[in-house]
Amino acid sequence: MQTGAPFSFERFTFPDLKTLMAKASPLRSGDVLAGLAAGSDEERVAARFALADVPLKRFLNEALVPYEDDDVTRMIMDDHDADAFAPVASLTVGEFRNWLLGDEATPEVLRNLAPGLTPEMVAAVSKLMRNQDLIAVAKKCHVVTAFRNTIGLPGHLAVRLQPNHPTDDPAGVAASILDGLMHGSGDAVIGINPATDSPETMIELLKLIDEVRERIDIPTQSCVLAHVTTAIDVMARNAPVDLVFQSIAGTQKANESFGITQAMLAEAEDAAKGLKRGTVGSNVMYFETGQGAALSADAHEGIDQQTVETRAYAVARKYSPLLVNTVVGFIGPEYLFDGKQITRAGLEDHFCGKLLGVPMGCDVCYTNHAEADQDDMDNLLTLLGVAGCNFVIGVPGADDIMLNYQSTSFHDAMYLRSVLGLEPAPEFAAWLRKMEILDQNGRTRPQLDGQAAQNLLAWSGAA
Amino acid sequence: MDNLSNKKIPSGLDPWNALRIHTDARIGLGRVGDGLPTERLLEFQMAHARARDSVHMAFDADGLRAQLGTINHAVIDVHSAAPDRATYLQRPDLGRLLDDASAQTLADHKGSYDVAFILADGLSARATHDHAANTLSLILDRLGDSWSIAPITLATQSRVGLGDEVGAALGARLTVMLIGERPGLSSADSLGAYLTWCPKRGRSNADRNCVSNIRPAGLAPQKAAEKIAYLMIEARKLGLSGVALKDNSSNPALIEG
Repeated sequence: MQTGAPFSFERFTFPDLKTLMAKASPLRSGDVLAGLAAGSDEERVAARFALADVPLKRFLNEALVPYEDDDVTRMIMDDHDADAFAPVASLTVGEFRNWLLGDEATPEVLRNLAPGLTPEMVAAVSKLMRNQDLIAVAKKCHVVTAFRNTIGLPGHLAVRLQPNHPTDDPAGVAASILDGLMHGSGDAVIGINPATDSPETMIELLKLIDEVRERIDIPTQSCVLAHVTTAIDVMARNAPVDLVFQSIAGTQKANESFGITQAMLAEAEDAAKGLKRGTVGSNVMYFETGQGAALSADAHEGIDQQTVETRAYAVARKYSPLLVNTVVGFIGPEYLFDGKQITRAGLEDHFCGKLLGVPMGCDVCYTNHAEADQDDMDNLLTLLGVAGCNFVIGVPGADDIMLNYQSTSFHDAMYLRSVLGLEPAPEFAAWLRKMEILDQNGRTRPQLDGQAAQNLLAWSGAA
Repeated sequence: MDNLSNKKIPSGLDPWNALRIHTDARIGLGRVGDGLPTERLLEFQMAHARARDSVHMAFDADGLRAQLGTINHAVIDVHSAAPDRATYLQRPDLGRLLDDASAQTLADHKGSYDVAFILADGLSARATHDHAANTLSLILDRLGDSWSIAPITLATQSRVGLGDEVGAALGARLTVMLIGERPGLSSADSLGAYLTWCPKRGRSNADRNCVSNIRPAGLAPQKAAEKIAYLMIEARKLGLSGVALKDNSSNPALIEG
């Protein structure tokens, strides 16, 4: 891979592609912390002018991390589909933005294009886009996946039910699962972050979810978000694993800091597929990402945090996931300072993932030391709903008492479905109607004294 | 809970009451249309307001010094290289370094000590104001006379890593930092304790032992002091801290860099 000539616009010059992309990024605290951000607003826009003139092809000839040093770069380059790339092969980044917004870029065209795009191309064009551009193009990208239900269909919004408990107490987890189901949440996955990453805990929690799922025939999937090696371990012990979880990042070094290799992810996908537990599809992986993860592991390789985040989606795409979740505000204000930066990052991540063909959802969230509140979350949640986000997170009252941060609530998901006319995953929606949780108008209005509610309460009480 | 299993819940009875005993999660909040009832909405806002106030509250080192009066030990003030809260929140690296004046102050107190205690604001000055002096006093009660103790340091705009600089500058073999943890929505006053053997710049979380969630409604200061004193004695005996020093109380999720 050779490095080309430096880039310039007016009095500004940028020595290489990596620097140019960093300087073109909308301001965020993580790039300032890393010493990568533009020194002024003028320099930032100058970098965008220069970036707009870069041919997309150049990203195939100039790797941001050397091919020899990084297995994510090798994956990106080796898996690139030149035929799929052909429709945009002659465009610059600026022309690519125009093309994406144009009528020619239909959902079908974009779906066929995805394997021809690299994360760097997608990150680059996102830096030239306003929030409305990110929303408008993402809305045209339909990424549909399936396991026991179908997620990502236009006009639908799924919710991960996140019933975490600080000591993994089964009765406490069951109470939160019940609360979520009664609010129409849980179609993306019933997914527990365990307080303790051990095979025993994982098996116990998997059995807990599996029991209620089978008892009342819920068309959804479960996941205990332990390390991929723990999942491989318990699958060998015949535990009821639907989805395998793993946090991933955009460089080999960052993934090593998570204790993972590409071989482990491939092994886990094979093992979970081999269990044949899906009924309407076989997407068995659940990945989480988030801007700032690579920098916090000191493994960003001098790449800006939005671009290195997008490289994580190339890793995700390789293993045909059911769900990819950008946990956008979890990491703290040193990476995304306030509601404005969190909002921008959430829209970027969703757009970039979708354009690459990844089934993006978003944990719209913040910590108490960020300059953000529920109003900011309402805004981002609504924008993502408009953009066609595959799923969001549902936590009782938006307060995760195990991870100590604020996400979105079951109520928030009901609001979003209601104001935008979005339906749960079709199989799950049918179940909610059968359970008298959805009424005839599609609203979440559970009949608490109905037989279905009684069955759910009975299960939860016995857990 | 078996009584719920086979019994029909009468309409109007809140079935959530029976489930709330199992979790502090905000379940069974009720709803108005798709939204939260007003009281639940305001409860959340109050919890968030308290958490934010804890993050932004100025560290009252003088007040803490007064609380430490009964301990009868030298107390010195240090400040990180983060000049203010806004910088502190965006530049964790600066919160791990001493400013120049503090480095000089510590050099003046350099000696050879078994342990240096550092009381730091971290992400919740409220936690440090409310629980640090008490917890320290309870630890000292358990240590006995065989420990040489460095001057107690009060650290402003401090991250956990600042303790490494302080401990090294004072010539301490072990540091025990009591620091305000990132506030959760229902735990604005949670204190953490970090033990680091052979403190020096570049220590990582794997080198430390952590006792977290120290507050009356969490791990009571009395209990925390027992754990901390135990870990201190073990650390000195074994000459190490971190993952090799076994203790069940550490929770990596709560470690703040």
